[in-house]
Amino acid sequence: MATTSKTLPGADFFTLGAEIADTKAPAGPIEKKWSQRKFGAKLVNPANRRKMTVIIVGTGLAGGAAAASLGEAGYNVLNFCYQDSPRRAHSIAAQGGINAAKNYRNDNDSVYRLFYDTVKGGDYRARETNVYRLAEISANIIDQCVAQGVPFAREYSGLLDNRSFGGVQVQRTFYARGQTGQQLLIGAYQALERQVAAGTVKNYTRNEMLEVIVADGRARGIVTRDLVTGEIETYLGDAVVLATGGYGNVFYLSTNAMGSNVTAAWRAHRKGAYMANPCYTQIHPTCIPVHGDSQSKLTLMSESLRNDGRIWVPKRVEDCDKDPRDIAEEDRDYYLERIYPSFGNLVPRDIASRQAKNMCDEGRGVGPAVKEFDHDGNEVHVRRGVYLDFAEAIERLGKDEVAARYGNLFDMYAQITGEKPYEAPMRIYPAVHYVMGGLWVDYDLMSSIQGLYVAGEANFSDHGANRLGASALMQGLGDGYFVLPNTINDYLADSAKFDKIDESHPAVVEALADVKGRVEKLLAIQGTRSVDSFHKELGHIMWEYCGMERTEEGLQIAIAKIDKLNEEFWSNVKVTGVNEDFNQALEKAGRVADFIELGRLLCVDALHRRESCGGHFRAESQTEEGEALRDDDQFLYAAAWEYTGEGAKPVLHKEPLVYEAIELKQRSYK
Amino acid sequence: MNITLRVWRQANAASQGRMVTYQVQDVSEDMSFLEMLDLLNEDLTVKGEEPVAFDHDCREGICGMCGVVINGTAHGRGNSPVATTTCQLHMRSFSDGAVIDVEPWRAGSFPVIKDLVVNRSAFDRIIQAGGFVSVSTGAAPEAHANAVSKLKADRAFDAATCIGCGACVAACPNHSGMLFAAAKITHLAMLPQGQPERPLRIKKMVAAHDEEGFGGCTNIGECAAVCPKEIPLDVIGQLNRDLLASLFKRDGK
Repeated sequence: MATTSKTLPGADFFTLGAEIADTKAPAGPIEKKWSQRKFGAKLVNPANRRKMTVIIVGTGLAGGAAAASLGEAGYNVLNFCYQDSPRRAHSIAAQGGINAAKNYRNDNDSVYRLFYDTVKGGDYRARETNVYRLAEISANIIDQCVAQGVPFAREYSGLLDNRSFGGVQVQRTFYARGQTGQQLLIGAYQALERQVAAGTVKNYTRNEMLEVIVADGRARGIVTRDLVTGEIETYLGDAVVLATGGYGNVFYLSTNAMGSNVTAAWRAHRKGAYMANPCYTQIHPTCIPVHGDSQSKLTLMSESLRNDGRIWVPKRVEDCDKDPRDIAEEDRDYYLERIYPSFGNLVPRDIASRQAKNMCDEGRGVGPAVKEFDHDGNEVHVRRGVYLDFAEAIERLGKDEVAARYGNLFDMYAQITGEKPYEAPMRIYPAVHYVMGGLWVDYDLMSSIQGLYVAGEANFSDHGANRLGASALMQGLGDGYFVLPNTINDYLADSAKFDKIDESHPAVVEALADVKGRVEKLLAIQGTRSVDSFHKELGHIMWEYCGMERTEEGLQIAIAKIDKLNEEFWSNVKVTGVNEDFNQALEKAGRVADFIELGRLLCVDALHRRESCGGHFRAESQTEEGEALRDDDQFLYAAAWEYTGEGAKPVLHKEPLVYEAIELKQRSYK
Repeated sequence: MNITLRVWRQANAASQGRMVTYQVQDVSEDMSFLEMLDLLNEDLTVKGEEPVAFDHDCREGICGMCGVVINGTAHGRGNSPVATTTCQLHMRSFSDGAVIDVEPWRAGSFPVIKDLVVNRSAFDRIIQAGGFVSVSTGAAPEAHANAVSKLKADRAFDAATCIGCGACVAACPNHSGMLFAAAKITHLAMLPQGQPERPLRIKKMVAAHDEEGFGGCTNIGECAAVCPKEIPLDVIGQLNRDLLASLFKRDGK
């Protein structure tokens, strides 16, 4: 790791700081680390727990599970969400399933294999110790959910059913039809509401966190805005947990919920929490293509569809207009089966997505041509879609069986497109779906701010440069049910020694004033452009230059464009209404302002990482066959970025990745 | 397409609301209903008027956050060929020149916050009363310790797909929340994990439902007719049977 910032691309945009490392995972064999850490962590006497307040932001799988579990343990938990109920968190939209190393199928699965698959799938950019622990607790998650009454799919024996999922060759995925995320979230929500009734958890719905309060080097509270009354308030505690999800909406169009945002994480970043690998975003291959300019979000269809559906495009450009059913078998290019014969349609998400883009770039895409801008700013029209064909599956399994497996997805497709998926192939195209990057955390899930923990998609730890299917639910619940409740005690055990804090503490006064000042500033601009129009423009920049394929030149253009957009935002945005009201324009304005800042860091991170790995395909780093080429000599590290002030260069801290339990290999799915 | 919208505008819970007419131009039939409202709001914003407040989040029909009454039916079920949430209703269901009425859920237990946004926290309180299995983290037995008949597991799942949107309450002439409560009762009643608390759960949840001011069920069925997840009306039958049975159980007292 002798490189200096001078030799890294984009060195003009950042400075290089000291290397960092996780200090919490104990030494010793990997399969002993978690039990040793649990044994080594300081404990909090049950009688003392109720005197300690833990603030948890977010009520999804990670936040909801953590709030319920810490409430059960006896802590005083304050739990916040911007939605009107904890049950709305976007975890609810996850469709496919949740992995667990149960080996119920007797197909050679094991904790080690789940660990191995996840590290390999993440293209060797995840922290080994965290991933092993995730695999280790995966089976407990299933047990917990079943006990809560989560109605997983079952066989006639009464036992749980499993299916396989992209990127693996065993059947270890548990599912609840196409609504696994919903059922798991409702399980966590019910556990949470049980604690609300028990008085250990207090829920603050329609409340958005706008600042973290850091006093004497420790996270001691948050500032929130009540979205109904506009009241800006502070909440103080002994530790703060952010479980606020991912920032995929930096691309404007994504499969995230409209309200999903980066504000909580970004505010923490500005207060000293490192942001790690922000450029690692996942583009999901099986989404419904864009219909036009007014599109507000994209809809994902579970990639379980790839188990039985076959993906193809016409071999000849001139066939792309035809009814797909009229294109003869020999004129179809089942390109994934052709290029990757052993994995076929089940290659990992990044590969499936990039190949779909390649086919469309070649002009062999299908469906309506959509407006795009090329690098020179010219308007072009490109067909952005490939076929996902169930004709063979319907013949092999029968329509009823296909409907039983995928019925809700087919219905969803029919509803959105007005087409008939049982009769003609569906059209799909990749869309931004998940972010592997997030706030840097150690083995205990503590960020670089003492007492600030980060769980679920909001942290960076488990998925490296690419996430395998059915592992986000596993991580969210793992962090919430089993990791945090066994690590946060190590920090809270010393809380009696923390300095006393109240509303008059300078850090509290300052944080409150900052939030109020920012809101006033947004309302005072009174320009001519809506918040949405800025968000859309940011999305166009990100998707064009920092989407599925990135180049040094493109990323530099993107940074310049974002700087300009930021300037215009703060001088020409129009936010209607007042603060002391239910004001959705104001909510969005704060979020978009943070997305713009994040977007810039995302591009700087992408620019400096001149290698292709996982979902990050860098045009300057590819094999002769056009496959991703990783550069372990230069980039075997997590990039943790430190904020140094508005307009100031961020500092890059490298966390070298050490693989002791697993051999580093170039990924191949051929 | 060009559309005439008549939208309920209400500044806050205390103020008087009224219907306001707006024209929306250049609506594409591929737009979702909410994307059409986005278009209206963009237009209002540029003109310096306050956009229409409406709840929405996932826009894929699963979070349960969105929900308005469209032309008199919850989620616009009357205009849609299939069960739908508001976000999954598309403009191809309407014709050019259509006049569309848009109103919030109207029920005493769901007070209006602003425009089309209502407060549905009463649903959370019904769940708090007993809509869970009391199993703390770490206390779970092996997942295969209990086999569950596939038919029962499927029925549990069907009931568990409720998204808590509140359309059932909005559609019911009694503003009853029975379909919502019964969906949770049925989900947990079908599973072995739900048995120990079953008699107690139903009594507490029904009591909480009544306390929140929701009306009683008189088997009209409007709730099931508009339910975006097609929760069947027979879950209310299950609720009634369980409620009756609980009266004869010691631990139900």
